[in-house]
Amino acid sequence: MTIQTSLGANSLKRRGFLVSSAAVAGGFSLGFSIPSDADAQSPVKELNAWVVIHPDDKVMIRIARSEMGQGTLTGLCQLVAEELECDWAKVAWEYPTPGENVKRNRVWKNYSTGGSRGIRESHQYVREGGAMAREMLLAAAAAEWKVPAGELKVDKGVITHSSGKKTTYGAVAAAAAQLEPPKEVKLKDPKDWKIAGKPIKRLDTVDKVTGKQLYGIDFTMPGMLVATVRACPVIGGKLKSFDAAKVEKMPGVKKVVAIDGNAVVVVADTYWNARTALAALPAEWDIGKLGEVQTETINAMLKEGLDASEAFVGNKAGDAKAAIDGAAKKVTATYSFPYQHHVTMEPMNATARVTADKAEVWCGTQNGEAALAAVSEAAGLPVGQCEVYKMLLGGGFGRRGRADYVRQAVLIAKQMPGTPVKLIWSREEDMTHCQYHPTTMCKLTGGLDAQGNLVGLHVRISGQSILASLLPGNLVNGMDPAVFQGFAASGPEATYGYDVPNLLIDHAMRNPHITPGFWRGVNTNQNAVYMESFMDELADAAGQDPLAFRLKMLKPKWKAVLQAAADKAGYGKPLPAGHFHGLAQIMGYGSYVAGVAEVSVSADGALKIHKITAATNSGHVVNPAQIERQVAGSFAYGLSAALYGEITVKDGAVEQTNFDSYNVMRMDEMPKVETVLVPTGDFWGGVGEPTIAVAAPSVLNAIARATGKRVRNLPLMHHELKKAS
Amino acid sequence: MAVINVNGKALNHNADPRTPLLWVLREQLGLTGTKYGCGIAQCGACTVHIDGVATRSCQVPVNSVGAKKVVTVEGLATDGKLNKIQAAWVASDVPQCGYCQSGMVMAATALLAAKPNPTDADIDAAMTNVCRCGTYVQVREAILAAAKA
Repeated sequence: MTIQTSLGANSLKRRGFLVSSAAVAGGFSLGFSIPSDADAQSPVKELNAWVVIHPDDKVMIRIARSEMGQGTLTGLCQLVAEELECDWAKVAWEYPTPGENVKRNRVWKNYSTGGSRGIRESHQYVREGGAMAREMLLAAAAAEWKVPAGELKVDKGVITHSSGKKTTYGAVAAAAAQLEPPKEVKLKDPKDWKIAGKPIKRLDTVDKVTGKQLYGIDFTMPGMLVATVRACPVIGGKLKSFDAAKVEKMPGVKKVVAIDGNAVVVVADTYWNARTALAALPAEWDIGKLGEVQTETINAMLKEGLDASEAFVGNKAGDAKAAIDGAAKKVTATYSFPYQHHVTMEPMNATARVTADKAEVWCGTQNGEAALAAVSEAAGLPVGQCEVYKMLLGGGFGRRGRADYVRQAVLIAKQMPGTPVKLIWSREEDMTHCQYHPTTMCKLTGGLDAQGNLVGLHVRISGQSILASLLPGNLVNGMDPAVFQGFAASGPEATYGYDVPNLLIDHAMRNPHITPGFWRGVNTNQNAVYMESFMDELADAAGQDPLAFRLKMLKPKWKAVLQAAADKAGYGKPLPAGHFHGLAQIMGYGSYVAGVAEVSVSADGALKIHKITAATNSGHVVNPAQIERQVAGSFAYGLSAALYGEITVKDGAVEQTNFDSYNVMRMDEMPKVETVLVPTGDFWGGVGEPTIAVAAPSVLNAIARATGKRVRNLPLMHHELKKAS
Repeated sequence: MAVINVNGKALNHNADPRTPLLWVLREQLGLTGTKYGCGIAQCGACTVHIDGVATRSCQVPVNSVGAKKVVTVEGLATDGKLNKIQAAWVASDVPQCGYCQSGMVMAATALLAAKPNPTDADIDAAMTNVCRCGTYVQVREAILAAAKA
């Protein structure tokens, strides 16, 4: 049996595993088929679920989480290789399939890749996998030489006995694979790390600069057709009728079908022919009352929630209302945050092949197991007869955690049994049928005493709940705890950092029909805008410096990371003329982060974001170079949203359709980013998302310093930034 | 059947003459390194060189190409040796998800051919490709490094 490399995508001799890159670190990755460990006759042996050693010493590390640019696969390989003590130059990686995981009683555990969890929630078991494999390899060498294992040393996959005798992992792997794994292993102290913790280059780079890297949209197989879809322009609307006869004779068209009662599909020989025919396909929709929904009606619905008497309480201390009523000074402000689109560079797509007894899908997904479940449900086949082969993702950002496009591909392929069908969404379909970053508003009321201390704070969030729409089972007595990301009273995930004696943070849930979803940073994004902007407003009202005002209220870890960012940025020291600093901090995804933005606003109101200095305490640092890239990337993402990101609704439908109506940041607007890592070594936090949240508020705070104007509603493109005269 | 010159080879295709070059490359010629991102020449993921000029192939009907020479990302390396930009990209570990990087590499290669020592302003003007992962900092660093190489 063979398994498939990224370049062997036309070969379908695979059964068990999909190798998405056989790249050996430091070398070229040229596609080749390699024998799979799952084959009893193969000389390649699996030591455990995570580690496979080839006779030529190549180390194949299994990665269950998805790689979408965030570097998780390289980081996880570093952790396994660190404990394994193998030669990093001989490391390659592969994805075990979700179906294989089910068959093997979830030996690879969680496939879900979101919430910056890739490393922080799997480091323990992947390191143990590496350490156990090492112990087995050493035991096999010891048995062969009939010496105690304690007399052996290993370095870069070469085992040496105190007598000077040497062997390699590849030579003893077959014997090691026959041994019982050790019951317990001791993991290394991170201070002894040699591979983990280092700024090692990614394992998946070369193919991405030569065009060889295959994404889901590039997948092809013999006899494959290509489909494209148009769902009801109003999310939640239904298909009334369509006239297939009008397009059936167009070039390349093979079939015109409806799926799920809400979408029409053209299947053709090529995407271009499918797209051309779909554009000419007449379809009627039933949108009912949803056609009356506008951005204005959604905003009115949210606005009402700001003062509603009923709300879910997310965090409470003392009596905020009484403290505010009795305060020497009262400050109130209302903010809003619009719908956002993920805009992954690769539009949604999946290839499906369905027969009477098997359903297979090839796609990029952030959650292989959710995709597998979607395949099973759509195909009407038991999970054991379904499989998902994961491709690299051309961006995820939360969007590819959903399996709507997977379901569609299966429903289409089911109507053409045995024929593989690749479904590609147009950018327009992608833009108008997302699970959007939810929209919320927030009214903050603070009370200051005569000395300018914050004695009471009420934060009322009004707006959409992601969980209510996507995961209602995760609501707690109707409340969506995720709405309070960064505002939680306690816990390791996203706790509120300020010590405010009288605090009330509550949520009036208001759910418009536009489907919300997880969007890189999720609810920390708007919560940081609300809280950190308002902290500056309070500091101004108290006549205090915004850094000093924050530091006196922040708990130790929050305080330390803000201080680290401020120190590195030179906060409080003279800046070039016309430049101003703005601050923000939050805890999210288990990490503590802070940012200092340096901006200027010209006389005619042109904003220039010169630099962002960002500090992160993620507990441990698995790859500082990749963290630096994640942090810089998070600002491109967060600042794009702050400057331009806004999805609006007209007559129930999303108005934006492509990059011309949904602008994103280009290179000329990208600030310099300086990353400061201040790990305290006592926990494991995420890094893909946390710093996004400080992007917008740090810039908004700097703009307020530069112009005297407080922007409370995003995006910035709607605001005139000329100095108030 | 029509012929276009891609990466130094005359290649046959049978696409409708109005089909964008992007889809001919991807679906007829199997050159999937050139990516679909928007279809309206906004994002740059489909950038190729046509007679040396960086061009967004999603808006180029294939029948307008004629005898012009098309180079795609697959045609940059010679005998497995990466070009200067590709090598700088690897050295700076630029790509994250990588989907936009073919277009980035094509745009940067054309930039260096026209301006061997680009200024930051030159880079800003030439590199209007969208990257959603946010590799812009490393893209700039790699172009400046390639210029010095």
